[in-house]
Amino acid sequence: MELKDFIEKFAEQFDDTDISVFTPETVFHELEEYSSLIALSIIAMIDEEYGVIIVGNEMRSSVTIEDLFNIVRSKKEA
Amino acid sequence: MAYNPFTLEGKKILITGAAGGIGRATAVECAKLGATLILTDINEDGLNSTLAILEGDGHVCLTANLTSQEALDDLVAQLPMLDGFVSNAGVTKPTPVKFINKDDLERIMSINTFAPIYLTQRLCKKKKFNEGASIVFTVSVGGVFTTAPGNAMYGSSKGALQVFMKNVALEMAPKVRCNSVNPGMVNTNLAGRSYSDEDKERDMQTYPLRRYGEPKDVALAIVYLLSDASSWVTGHALIIDGGKTLY
Repeated sequence: MELKDFIEKFAEQFDDTDISVFTPETVFHELEEYSSLIALSIIAMIDEEYGVIIVGNEMRSSVTIEDLFNIVRSKKEA
Repeated sequence: MAYNPFTLEGKKILITGAAGGIGRATAVECAKLGATLILTDINEDGLNSTLAILEGDGHVCLTANLTSQEALDDLVAQLPMLDGFVSNAGVTKPTPVKFINKDDLERIMSINTFAPIYLTQRLCKKKKFNEGASIVFTVSVGGVFTTAPGNAMYGSSKGALQVFMKNVALEMAPKVRCNSVNPGMVNTNLAGRSYSDEDKERDMQTYPLRRYGEPKDVALAIVYLLSDASSWVTGHALIIDGGKTLY
């Protein structure tokens, strides 16, 4: 799995945030549009695209998009 | 002997989803109040753990996958005449509408809605209820009284079950009563791992009584509906939600 693809799919869960905002270093919890529904959408996207179940506490502990990517990758390889 | 209008002495009661959570707590309370129980679940180890903590004798466990028509037939064939039936088995998977898929939706509807409907149908057809028996469905406030992000599949399954409950209440009267309990968020394994501890803490503050429910909170409401204390109550949805739906 590639970080670039992951970021694109991550960004797709947002409707009003400009695509340029999403980088590996983006602190996504601080984005204005981020909400509980978007968090659930990201969890569902990761399940659908990568076959990995992310729990709420893993979303919470991820500061940047890359942090979340790393969790998904390590769970996928496990 | 002490006065107790909630006694279940002499009653035979079937409980589904008895391997944990609200089902297990209901079994524990019913046994304490004198009922003889038939417990079912797909999880055999969990069922045996429940059985091990019950007071009294004569309780039995029947492991069954309630989403299988054959398993339902087998289960019903093994049952004695019943004074109570608690349909409690349930699952969820918080998912936004745009990510709903056939596998998840069919699984949730099969366990939460179709299995209780098919099991009730068979119990009625096979005349398994004694005069004065009581049916209780564990529904939810979700889908019936509240909506929440990601709750469309679960809410739809419970909304359908709520409507079914009322129809059973009407058709089975006056011989059998039928009601539901409608809990808010209860501390069980069902209570979403999709939500972080921080999310749950924040959500809890939206409950006027400032906590999630415990399985026993719901179990004792089920006891009331099973007991003769509620003998003039049928078709009722009993909300147990720490005040959540007051808003």
